[in-house]
Amino acid sequence: MGDSAYSFSLTTFSRTGKLLQIEYALNAVANGRTSLGIAATNGVVIATDKKLASALVDTKEVSKIEGITQQSGFVYSGLGPDYRVLVRKSRKDAQKYGRLYGEEQPVTQLTKYAASVMQEYTQSGGVRPFGVSLLIAGVDVDEENADKKYTPRLYQVDPSGAYFGWKATAIGRNYVHAKNFLEKRYQEDMELEDAVHTALLTLREGFEGEMTCNNIEVGIVCTDDDEPSFKLLSPEQIQDYLDEAN
Amino acid sequence: MSILEYNGAAMIAMAGDECIAIAADRRLGVQYQTVSCEFQKLFQINDKTFVGLAGLATDVQTVAQTLKFRNDLYELREDRKMTPKVFSSQLSALLYEKRFGPFFVEPIVAGLDASNKPYLSGMDLIGAPCFPDDYVVSGTCTANLHGMCETLYRPGLGPDELFETISQALLAGVDRDALSGWGAIVHVITKDGVTTRELKGRMD
Repeated sequence: MGDSAYSFSLTTFSRTGKLLQIEYALNAVANGRTSLGIAATNGVVIATDKKLASALVDTKEVSKIEGITQQSGFVYSGLGPDYRVLVRKSRKDAQKYGRLYGEEQPVTQLTKYAASVMQEYTQSGGVRPFGVSLLIAGVDVDEENADKKYTPRLYQVDPSGAYFGWKATAIGRNYVHAKNFLEKRYQEDMELEDAVHTALLTLREGFEGEMTCNNIEVGIVCTDDDEPSFKLLSPEQIQDYLDEAN
Repeated sequence: MSILEYNGAAMIAMAGDECIAIAADRRLGVQYQTVSCEFQKLFQINDKTFVGLAGLATDVQTVAQTLKFRNDLYELREDRKMTPKVFSSQLSALLYEKRFGPFFVEPIVAGLDASNKPYLSGMDLIGAPCFPDDYVVSGTCTANLHGMCETLYRPGLGPDELFETISQALLAGVDRDALSGWGAIVHVITKDGVTTRELKGRMD
């Protein structure tokens, strides 16, 4: 955080009441690779374009979708290194929560924590806002229901620290087009299988070049399982979905 | 004399059929001198969770206040009630935080989970928990209370039978302990609510 020599915030108001640093951070997000998420009745899917600078890059070593708790995961658009800081902090906070309460941190609490960290960096000395928007996917235990029902959740967190719950959304390059596409395709009673298909179709819409199972990442969490857990689809699994879509 | 025996206490929690009962004496003493017969040692956290705190009276009150604070904050942040299991976990964490300068309390937690199944836990002053499914005891006469509970307890009792059982166990247990007794209070918790009764026992 800020040194004592930097006890003033770098994010300051303009005359018109805007925080320009946050606006610029949002520009950095809008220039990032597309990511999207869809919340279905029985789970959530998040996906991202993993297209890398050169064919020489080893895509297996790059991981954009990261699990945070057993039942939740993040994806981002924007600056990768900034994202990794948030992943580390969120994972640590989730572990602290688990040690304190003896149960997994709910997605809502995880989101509030990440949002609170991002807001801190807009109002602390000597730091700049994070250049990422996060999509947080996961399932929460439904306490009211003794049958241990799980509620699927999808949240977006912006560099300002503002967070939004979504049924489906997209961030990064071409997000307006992607969101329009999602709006047309989204249905309240959509199941996870359909949601994955729709996610892949949406991703393909704005994809530069050919979309293969190796240059995208897909993560899902399904409530039909006894112990829902967030996991990445393997390239083989993604290929199966792509084959069906063709 | 041990610091945990300075003020005196006796408490039991028992599990029944979709109900639990938690009972405690009401004595507050300063070693052998009795000072109050109305001291509160059982605290309601929410509709379905109770905690009993036995030990040094000042810590009983401070821990009770801290638990209320933590519970209220949890409910505001998470927009849901704490389950007994979660409450017990965070109480254990609270006590261990003070590992090298502990709160002198030995709590018992009793409640009903989301499916109205009884939950019991008891822990030492640094938060080491146990999770029996029949009964838990704490205080200055635990040997007596264990003896009474092992003898009188049966699984699957209804709310009224459970009340009788826990009351007899407590009243008999405190009679051979100089530091506990002087009144008793029992709460019986079912999915429909809490019934509270005061017991008439020997005031000595």
